[in-house]
Amino acid sequence: MPDATGLELVAQRVRDAVHEEAVVGTSFAYDSATLVVAPERTRDVLEHLSRSDEEPYEHLMSLHGCDYLPEEPRLGVHYQLMSMGRRERIAVKTRLTTEDPRLPTVTDLFPTADFQEREVYDFFGVVFEGHPDPRRILMPEDYEGYPQRRDFPMGGEPVLFTHNEHKLPRWYD
Amino acid sequence: MTETGGSGPLSVPYREREESISVGTLEHPIVGSEDYDDRETELLTINLGPHHPATHGVLRLLCTLEGETVHDITPIIGYVHTGIEKSCEDQEYWKAITFVERMDYLAYYFNSYAYCSSVERLLDVDVPPRAQYLRVIHMELNRIASHLFWLATASLDIGAITMLWWGLRERDLVLDLFEMSSGQRLHTRYFQVGGVFEDIPPGWEAKCRSFLKTMPSRIDQYEALLDKNEIWLQRMKHTGTVPLEKLLELGVTGPLLRAAGEPWDLRKAMPYCSYEHFDFKVPVGTVGDNYDRYRVRLAEIRESLAIVEQGLDGLPEGAFITGDRKIALPPRHELATSMEALIHHFKLVTEGFRVPPGEAYSAIESPRGELGCYVLADGSAKPSRVHMRDPSFVNLQSLKRMGENSLIADFIACIAMLDPILGGIDR
Repeated sequence: MPDATGLELVAQRVRDAVHEEAVVGTSFAYDSATLVVAPERTRDVLEHLSRSDEEPYEHLMSLHGCDYLPEEPRLGVHYQLMSMGRRERIAVKTRLTTEDPRLPTVTDLFPTADFQEREVYDFFGVVFEGHPDPRRILMPEDYEGYPQRRDFPMGGEPVLFTHNEHKLPRWYD
Repeated sequence: MTETGGSGPLSVPYREREESISVGTLEHPIVGSEDYDDRETELLTINLGPHHPATHGVLRLLCTLEGETVHDITPIIGYVHTGIEKSCEDQEYWKAITFVERMDYLAYYFNSYAYCSSVERLLDVDVPPRAQYLRVIHMELNRIASHLFWLATASLDIGAITMLWWGLRERDLVLDLFEMSSGQRLHTRYFQVGGVFEDIPPGWEAKCRSFLKTMPSRIDQYEALLDKNEIWLQRMKHTGTVPLEKLLELGVTGPLLRAAGEPWDLRKAMPYCSYEHFDFKVPVGTVGDNYDRYRVRLAEIRESLAIVEQGLDGLPEGAFITGDRKIALPPRHELATSMEALIHHFKLVTEGFRVPPGEAYSAIESPRGELGCYVLADGSAKPSRVHMRDPSFVNLQSLKRMGENSLIADFIACIAMLDPILGGIDR
């Protein structure tokens, strides 16, 4: 793990290489380093960190979404990067609003992001622009709503059987 | 079907009968059959699953076949999605352990450890050494049980039914140990935030040691059964090979990656839970075919046995759960005499403990690869987000590469060697 100072150095290198305003902030907590980046620069930052940085993090281990309700911007997408050679991890985090959550896809940089971006789209409605197969992955394809958002109610979804299916047409409206 | 004349259809050998049928002269000719070559190259799309014994669950694979050769595979998942991650958001931290265990249902100790370690990082709580060793012992026993179940079912897919009974027989010995230490055979909920639920009972160590003594000779038996079996070797060797670079790109971890020659094991690379105290090897393969995957997992069982033995030998004395009464329940006997203990007990059971706001991701080496757990805490007694980076979910993306351009029978072997757990994929 880069320590708190190392994280600032990484952040400065990203600022120099990508854009002055690419890094919004840094946080070092619980022995892990997180780089908070602007959503429109996410792809460039990840490309820089994984390919051209002097201490690259080549692998994307995990990608997950979360909802910071009631904070604004509400949605968050985390990229857990790792370097196998140096055995270090760094997290890249970006924040999005629920009005129009869009992020550039990173499937071309990390083919492993394919399923994981679909999962974030499925549960949080974040659209990954340029994704080769932007469909829901775990929920049914005709499902409406993004169930992992914090304002999506828990339960209340009737179990459809053949005997009650006709009584509950479009129950979700 | 047309009659083939002669002395009746059944007396003519099958192959001759088949060849005697001309699709062009049938009463209802098959479309496109005028060009005979075209029929040979016709692509056929079939569904493998969701209900198919070789998919190890409810995995649906949309396969494009040309004859018997698999051209393209599209996995379709979500059939056992039960919203465990969403359900966790409605549970207190200590109750959510029960939920996360049910994701990857063969590696429940790993799920609960990944979750507990994330919460422990957020709480900044120290886990006593004895608890860490007990965790290591149970996780390694779980790894053995998981690999045995994989070996049993994977061999069944290839047709080796004896291996099914043998694998499950030894797995039951491990489950007996789990039952003795925690009261449950599956989904034990043995790990708690801050330690483990209970100390191991008297006699457990002796029982565990007798298992450790039995197991190596049993692994020899498996090897004698499989490694000298012509069919097994022909089905395993040089099938499903994926180059190492491709595996790394696809984020594949665990035995699949090690079989291709990359010695990446989080227990060694980024030790957690005092794995740095243990002496064990990381088995790696050479070419990364199905045979290597089988050998690597079998060798891992042996290494896990060594770890369990070292854990029992060096088991430290002391507490099995943290003494922080704001997190861990007080000992039962104190409830009758101490008012404070009673209050702590009441508060923990009714409200649970609060976790300061923050987020943590911690990754461990599960039997299938990197199992990461991300927990977002908002300061209340319930997690605001629990996300599991399940190794099966990510590894499934490599199935397309493993099965492409192979025969469908080899593709079935690839699914078996991938070891996907649909409970973990769909969560």
